[in-house]
Amino acid sequence: MSPPLLEAAGIHRSFGQVQALRGADFAVDAGEVVALIGDNGAGKSSLIKIMAGADAPDAGEIRLAGEVVEFGSVDQARARGIETVYQDLALCAELPPAANFFLGRELLRPGLLGRVGWLDNRTMRARTRSACERLGVRLKSEVAAVSTLSGGQRQAVAVARAATWASRVIFMDEPTASLGVLQTVRVHDLIRSVRDAGVAVVLVSHNMQDVKAVSDRVEVLRLGRRVARFTTASASIEELVGAMTGALDPGAAPTDGAAP
Amino acid sequence: MSGAATGLVPPAIDEEGRPVGLLVRLLSAQVTWIGLVLAGLVAVFSVLSPNAFPSTFNVNNLAADAAILLLLAAGQTYVIVTAGVDLSVGGVLVFSAVAATKAMQAAGGESMPALLLGLLVAVGVGAGWGALNGVLVGLGRIPALIVTLGTLGITLGGALLLTGGVDLRAPSRLNLGLGLDRFLGVQYIVWISGAITAVLALALAVTRFGRHTYAIGSNPEAAARAGIHVERHLIRVYLLAGLLAGLAGYLALAKYGTTGISAHSTDNLQSIAAVVIGGTSLFGGIGSILGTVIGVFIPAVLQNGFQILGVRPFWQQVIVGAVLIAAVYLDQSRRRART
Repeated sequence: MSPPLLEAAGIHRSFGQVQALRGADFAVDAGEVVALIGDNGAGKSSLIKIMAGADAPDAGEIRLAGEVVEFGSVDQARARGIETVYQDLALCAELPPAANFFLGRELLRPGLLGRVGWLDNRTMRARTRSACERLGVRLKSEVAAVSTLSGGQRQAVAVARAATWASRVIFMDEPTASLGVLQTVRVHDLIRSVRDAGVAVVLVSHNMQDVKAVSDRVEVLRLGRRVARFTTASASIEELVGAMTGALDPGAAPTDGAAP
Repeated sequence: MSGAATGLVPPAIDEEGRPVGLLVRLLSAQVTWIGLVLAGLVAVFSVLSPNAFPSTFNVNNLAADAAILLLLAAGQTYVIVTAGVDLSVGGVLVFSAVAATKAMQAAGGESMPALLLGLLVAVGVGAGWGALNGVLVGLGRIPALIVTLGTLGITLGGALLLTGGVDLRAPSRLNLGLGLDRFLGVQYIVWISGAITAVLALALAVTRFGRHTYAIGSNPEAAARAGIHVERHLIRVYLLAGLLAGLAGYLALAKYGTTGISAHSTDNLQSIAAVVIGGTSLFGGIGSILGTVIGVFIPAVLQNGFQILGVRPFWQQVIVGAVLIAAVYLDQSRRRART
């Protein structure tokens, strides 16, 4: 059996006296949506940051397609096809969607103009449009600032941006936290299209409806360790909540015993 | 109220999603309005004083008076687009002029190499102060208001220490040459300032450097996560503002023939006013150099027109103050309408 696409093994991370992660494990494969759930303080954010290159572990290994990697920065993780959609979306509200799409990766005109940094806005707009259309996102304007878009459209821009650049893994931190019902459904569709394009999606969520609706598998963190893995279709919300809170016996929960 | 506010949303929004040209993007709403105000002022003064105001002589004078402030304001635009501010521009201008004069005196005064040395010293010293501002703001994470207030004091005090409080005279060849010479009937100073401003306007509007400047002003966290080196970019932006202040100091030496130590204490406020009147947001992320050009000329035209009409020139300050408040009010209400 080939190794998982992205795998964290025995991750430890302390902040002063607080042990956020105590030997946490995690694994996600290409073309699946894995929900990472856990109570407040379980270590979800710490683990995501480490896997996305925003933080470094005190101990433990990150493996990408079986190869041990050490991300010194977010840039290095991005260079390997790993993107993150943050809860605050990290969009520049005053800039239009295409400028946000290509932020830090701007396309320049060919020739001398490009040499002096002249932007190729036409191409960037066209590629933004096609990326959005591929994910079923229709922007009402390509030149209006992101601040004029609705919450759902902003979310769509952030997800589409990450999906465009992520060739392997997207981490999404509470992607539906600020959205209404209809917009949430749209984001779920978006997540499925990203997955169907062969990208691994890791969803951090508190919302069990979200988790049930869109994930293929669930991994549960509690007190800095993975305590359970479920196939979403065969797990009830009660089981998930039980694993999160420790009401169930952690030893009994793993369904596939694939912990490395 | 909301109806009035929505009218201020930039007209550049194309509901059909069609690509919008450079010209349209340059013309955000406030620039259009403020441009109409300037055109109105010019029209009124031209009607009230058809012989004096629109004359070639007067227009040349007006442009030459505005040229030096224009350089300061162009640099200030970049800084304010990053959501910063540079209060030190007048002090850096004076310090650079003093340093350049000292260097030219030491190099023998009137020779061409000495004048070129003076230019290099002025620009270099200005860039140095700008870089210091940038390092303290970008790396030191000290608020720009405090950093540049500090360097304003240091540069003005330093200039007084270097000169003993007595203004130095510029080499007369500089004053009579660059300060007065014309090309196609327009002063060199105006050509230089205009050309540099045009380059800076394009650089802000259509280059990657400009795009990153807007991004940092809009959301520095997002810019950093997108891989933009925020600290390095801030250092460059403040360095640019300082470099332009140094160049302005050299041009001021040429134009006025003296270091004018006490004449530049309100340059910072004048440049900030010009930038803000021109539609650049003090909160960062929005603005244009074209707006700043208009924002420089509105006070200049008012002052010039009042002088010609015999209105007491103090009215200029009163009106500019009111226009400034109105401009910021428009910006605020536009932001509120959006979010």
